[in-house]
Amino acid sequence: MTIQVMLTELSKSFLVTLEIFFLTILGSMPLGLAVYFFKTSKFKPLKWITDVYISVMRGTPLILQLMVVYYGPNLIFGITPPSNWRFGAVIVAFIINYAAYFAEIYRGGIESIPTGQYEAAYVLGYTKVQTFFKIILPQMVKRVLPAVTNEIITLVKDTSLACIIGTVEMFTKAKQIAVAPHSPGMLTFVAAAVFYYVFNYLVAFIMKRTEKALNYYK
Amino acid sequence: MKVLEMKNIKKSFADNSVLKDISLCVEKGEVVSIIGSSGSGKSTLLRCATFLEEIDSGSISYMGEYAVNSDGGKPVYSKNLKKFKNEFGLVFQNFNLFAHYSVMKNIIDAPLCVQKREKKEVIAQAKELLKKMGLEDKENSYPCQLSGGQQQRVSIVRALAMNPEILFFDEPTSALDPELTGEVLKVIKQLAEEKMTMVIVTHEMEFARQVSDRVIFMDEGIIAEEGTPREVFDNPKSARIKQFLSNYKNDSM
Repeated sequence: MTIQVMLTELSKSFLVTLEIFFLTILGSMPLGLAVYFFKTSKFKPLKWITDVYISVMRGTPLILQLMVVYYGPNLIFGITPPSNWRFGAVIVAFIINYAAYFAEIYRGGIESIPTGQYEAAYVLGYTKVQTFFKIILPQMVKRVLPAVTNEIITLVKDTSLACIIGTVEMFTKAKQIAVAPHSPGMLTFVAAAVFYYVFNYLVAFIMKRTEKALNYYK
Repeated sequence: MKVLEMKNIKKSFADNSVLKDISLCVEKGEVVSIIGSSGSGKSTLLRCATFLEEIDSGSISYMGEYAVNSDGGKPVYSKNLKKFKNEFGLVFQNFNLFAHYSVMKNIIDAPLCVQKREKKEVIAQAKELLKKMGLEDKENSYPCQLSGGQQQRVSIVRALAMNPEILFFDEPTSALDPELTGEVLKVIKQLAEEKMTMVIVTHEMEFARQVSDRVIFMDEGIIAEEGTPREVFDNPKSARIKQFLSNYKNDSM
């Protein structure tokens, strides 16, 4: 296998990595906000369930969660999942895992906003919903950006865990190529590392620009 | 016309009784200053009047209408508190401007989104008020770019833009140095001359003397002394207020 073929193969599988990445971001960031609302709900049972959920998601390995989500339907309920469940399981496991982390990041951001902002909004007659979406949320976004950047960069690398249930994203592909006869061997891993690194460099760059764009206020 | 009437207000935090049966009435155009040492309940009284704290018993009415009615001493809050919030404005010690909004947006957002008023009219009013406060060149600035005195003047404009019947000030200059204090007090004095109804919690005794129609001295959750500035400052009756005022003698008085 030539280096060129190896790179082409890696690029193709990198699209799967990107797909996992973007779908997880798209799902977990809004879900994290919902989880935050559940956690701060006045309806205690909902708060308790959410506490347990966050605790389990953060307290057990993502790789194990992937196994449970993938094999669970069959092993626990005896259901035969659809043939494309492999990819579905990856997305579900990643979204529910990352949502727990995002919820906690949001909570930190929201709790750091001075009570005076709520009080000013209350006296001016804003409703609770208006206060949250107009006054609190925009300021929270600015405060949590550095922590969110960390989380997103971790996610890029975590996509490789999907290999445990046989999803052929870039890491799985690199492993397959490297051990195949007449392959570029070690060079394949180096190439995969460069893919991850460059993509993360890009992520960090974009996030930094976003932080700068929000620097017009303190 | 009574703009605000608070009757038999009681408020405790845990075992700490902060307001012990306070009654306060403010007539249209009247300027009332509330003085007293820290912990005497001044700020809590304003926070109760603006619904930031729930009272334990008593009643509160604005423009002759009950916002909080007393049902055998038990307070019953109106279902439509939003309506009553239109009657008053509150200026905070720490300004509490919205950090992510420009000066203009801070001022016009609530009139537009809460009161649903015409944008053109609100902007015109905001510009006029800013000009009056000497801030006409600051409408596109953000709070973090302003001095404390400027921020406080913007927050006064923000409250005025809601066209309230009465304006509450909770130690409006306590977070400012003496120089900036002056510029804020000047603005409040100007409002007093225009017969704006105001209740001002303050530690600026000389200012209270000049600007008020009535001065209230609070001590340990009760109104210990009340009268014209002349009566309260020049002829205080109780020993407690004499002692309190003597702390200021060396200073501004």
